[in-house]
Amino acid sequence: MEKQTSRRSFLKVSSISGGGMLLGFSWLASLKPSEVMGAAGTAPEWVELTGFIKIMADNQIKILSPNPEFGQNVMTSLPMLIAEELEVDWKKIQVEMGDYDTPRFKSQFTGGSQSIRSAWMPLRKAGATARMMLLQAAANLWHLPVAELTASNGSVMHKATNKTITYGQLAEAAAKLPVPANPVLKKASELNLVGQSQKNVEGAKIVAGKSLFTMDYQVDGMLVAMAIRPPAFGMQLKSYDATEAKKMPGIKDVFDIEVYKKGYERAGFDTRTFNHLIVVVGNSTWEVLNARKKVVAQWESIVETKETVNNFGRKKEETIPAGLESSDKHMQQMLALQGQKAKVLRKDGDPEAAFAAAKKVIEKTYSAPFLPHNTMEPISCFAHITDEKAFFVAPIQIPDMMKQNIVANLDVPADKIEMKLARMGGGFGRRAYGHYIIEAGLISKKMKAPVKLIYTREDDMTNGVYRPAYIVTYKAALDANNNITAIHIKGGGIPEHAVHENRFPAGAFDNYLAEGWELPSNITIGAFRAPRSNFIASAEQSFLDELAQTIGKDPIDFRIELLKKAKASPVGKNNDYNADRYIGVLELLKEKSKWTATPKGKHRGVAAYFCHNSYVAHVVDVSMKNGLPQIDNVVSVLDCGIVVNPDAAKNMVEGAVIDGIGNCLFGGLKFDKGVVLQQNLNQYRMIRMREAPKKIDVHFVQNSIDPTGLGEPPFPPIFAALANAMYKATGKRFYHQPFINELNKKA
Amino acid sequence: MAKMNLKVNHKTYTVDVDPATPLLWVLRDHLHLVGTKFGCAVGACGACTIHLNGNAMKSCQLPVSAAAAQEITTIEGLSEHGDHPVQKAWLDIDVAQCGYCQTGQIMAAAALLKQKPNPTDADIDNYMSGNICRCGTYIRIREAIKTAAKTSKK
Repeated sequence: MEKQTSRRSFLKVSSISGGGMLLGFSWLASLKPSEVMGAAGTAPEWVELTGFIKIMADNQIKILSPNPEFGQNVMTSLPMLIAEELEVDWKKIQVEMGDYDTPRFKSQFTGGSQSIRSAWMPLRKAGATARMMLLQAAANLWHLPVAELTASNGSVMHKATNKTITYGQLAEAAAKLPVPANPVLKKASELNLVGQSQKNVEGAKIVAGKSLFTMDYQVDGMLVAMAIRPPAFGMQLKSYDATEAKKMPGIKDVFDIEVYKKGYERAGFDTRTFNHLIVVVGNSTWEVLNARKKVVAQWESIVETKETVNNFGRKKEETIPAGLESSDKHMQQMLALQGQKAKVLRKDGDPEAAFAAAKKVIEKTYSAPFLPHNTMEPISCFAHITDEKAFFVAPIQIPDMMKQNIVANLDVPADKIEMKLARMGGGFGRRAYGHYIIEAGLISKKMKAPVKLIYTREDDMTNGVYRPAYIVTYKAALDANNNITAIHIKGGGIPEHAVHENRFPAGAFDNYLAEGWELPSNITIGAFRAPRSNFIASAEQSFLDELAQTIGKDPIDFRIELLKKAKASPVGKNNDYNADRYIGVLELLKEKSKWTATPKGKHRGVAAYFCHNSYVAHVVDVSMKNGLPQIDNVVSVLDCGIVVNPDAAKNMVEGAVIDGIGNCLFGGLKFDKGVVLQQNLNQYRMIRMREAPKKIDVHFVQNSIDPTGLGEPPFPPIFAALANAMYKATGKRFYHQPFINELNKKA
Repeated sequence: MAKMNLKVNHKTYTVDVDPATPLLWVLRDHLHLVGTKFGCAVGACGACTIHLNGNAMKSCQLPVSAAAAQEITTIEGLSEHGDHPVQKAWLDIDVAQCGYCQTGQIMAAAALLKQKPNPTDADIDNYMSGNICRCGTYIRIREAIKTAAKTSKK
């Protein structure tokens, strides 16, 4: 285990099984809470039990939340897991956002819908460990067997003698005890906080407009910085003249930076980015904005390059082609490549023979454009690099992934990195890629001053890590009796395809072929809420709907029939889903949506999907108004195992449904000769309240399975549920996103 | 640069800035009132909504010179203790996800309820459609506005 900062060298480090936590100690008075955002730092009176819990003598109890928060409410639900096992009154608990300190917390990863799933055991063990140590401290004090004692509500009791002592009174002694090797967790039936809705712990600060976000962070002497990036993908900086800009009021300096050093080997989340930037630094945002316009820059075309990327140990060569790319051309290229040979990803049986013998073939092609994340808070980062330390306030989903990047490109030793993990104004994948941390750090280093780097909305939209553009063709072979004898899926994308060859309906068909191809691009891409799934689900679930209609089957019954077949006699290997749980959400959806009783005047569509370890199915009711679907009702059913904080979980599902509806109706970033055509929100349509569903009814399958993902799973299937409902309403199938274009074509 | 007086949340501030500076940046950079958020700077997202003489206004679209001597209210001044009926309703319904847009949403909702104490669903949808919530909390915002309308009447 490595040392993160000098102050942490005070900690007595002890690794225990499962939790990997740091053991208790009294926080030293010499710690200075410098540049602390929000919370007032750690007072010397706090006694720490495990890396997550701090207790004061007066029985104030604080729980540190390890994972960066961007709206999924983990800052409430993760501490709930600790509080559950600790046996404390949740209403009295103070929650504090942990700083970047991954050795302490073991994991600080917000992404892939993994927060609750991966914290479920470790955080409960942390709470249970502390509870057992407090119980032991009381046993030692009272000279009683620990088995006679109980812990509840922040106190230890001995019922027989009616003795009670608070955790606060025990903490100091408890911290000196050996850490139990096998903390005993509560039984599922004993959980009394998990499963009970608790309000967002930062709700009051949010509604009062308190400073929470990186964009809000300010310190004395702080400078504001903005960058000038190439006007188009495929271009780079040739030269610039900043004479006029430097004369503008409030401007401190204008210079250029190279974000990644030459030869730097990018790792998993080091996105490629415009690497050579002009930077304008000044006293205030408005002054920098004005001066930025006065910089005269010359740009030139890039040449094709090849870079080796280290993708979690697997090295891969990436081609970055030269040229100025356009959306229209992209579509022509994708359609052309669909007609050429692609890589076989999976093959079961003899699909070629089945297609040759087919009486009828149904073939449909689906596509979707690049998407910008458009987090409400544009990208920003605060950095103050001094000889003592590299201090950041950063909106970053996976801080530890930035470590080697900071070390390599800012020449900062790893043990001098300090990072406050600010609440993020949305993430959706965008903030997994922290190139802006390096940018801010380089600017602070050069200016020898605290700096806040700000992206305007235009900067944010034109320097994105977009959802890739995708295409896929689904083909089904039918025999004379309308039996499906083969399925063929062929997909591609710029620069990656979205085919998940082992997901449903793989396993349900004797003859099955999945193929994929990829076309390199110089446009930067990255994870976007349920990467790849968000497209492939929309295509697959629309195709299954059309297939069910063609063979005259109810779309839910059709899916259940296939799943039953895949369960009874699975075809092929590595089928990546549990048919029973999949069927479970569909059955519950039938019941909750009153599936067979479509309300009068409404049109109904259904879709389901499995990704990020969870199963989701939606029914959407629409009626057409002024050429747009009015979404009257959505019924959502999820199986994500045990739900920790039900009302917050519902909020997330509602959000995913609305996000998906917005993106499939309106989303699409267009490029012309490398230039992003929509550069701000007055040119890019996002869903607004009047287009949002009137009602969303969310149901969770009740079971005692350990929690699985929630942030992403409800997103992919909503696209097709809407497309299938719109088909019922208009008689027209929707193959190409955004659907607004198809609706306009009709009008 | 020009000196001017700004009346923000019943306090008077003297600022010395370019008169063309959008009020948004003066509030955030000079007065450190960061509850008014920067989202787009083109009046399209509503994150920067404030009240000017009681009416909702996008502060990114208002040069500071036009706001001088007017009554400006930001989220920090909507209520003394964060307990305006709209703020309370937001907590009741637990509206926020990331929370970034919510101060702008709350300022818009408070202005709506001032104009129309009993808004219909259509009133709410139309009035609030100038404010984007990327997390998609629209259903809860609608519900919170209705809750606030009810509690305001009591």
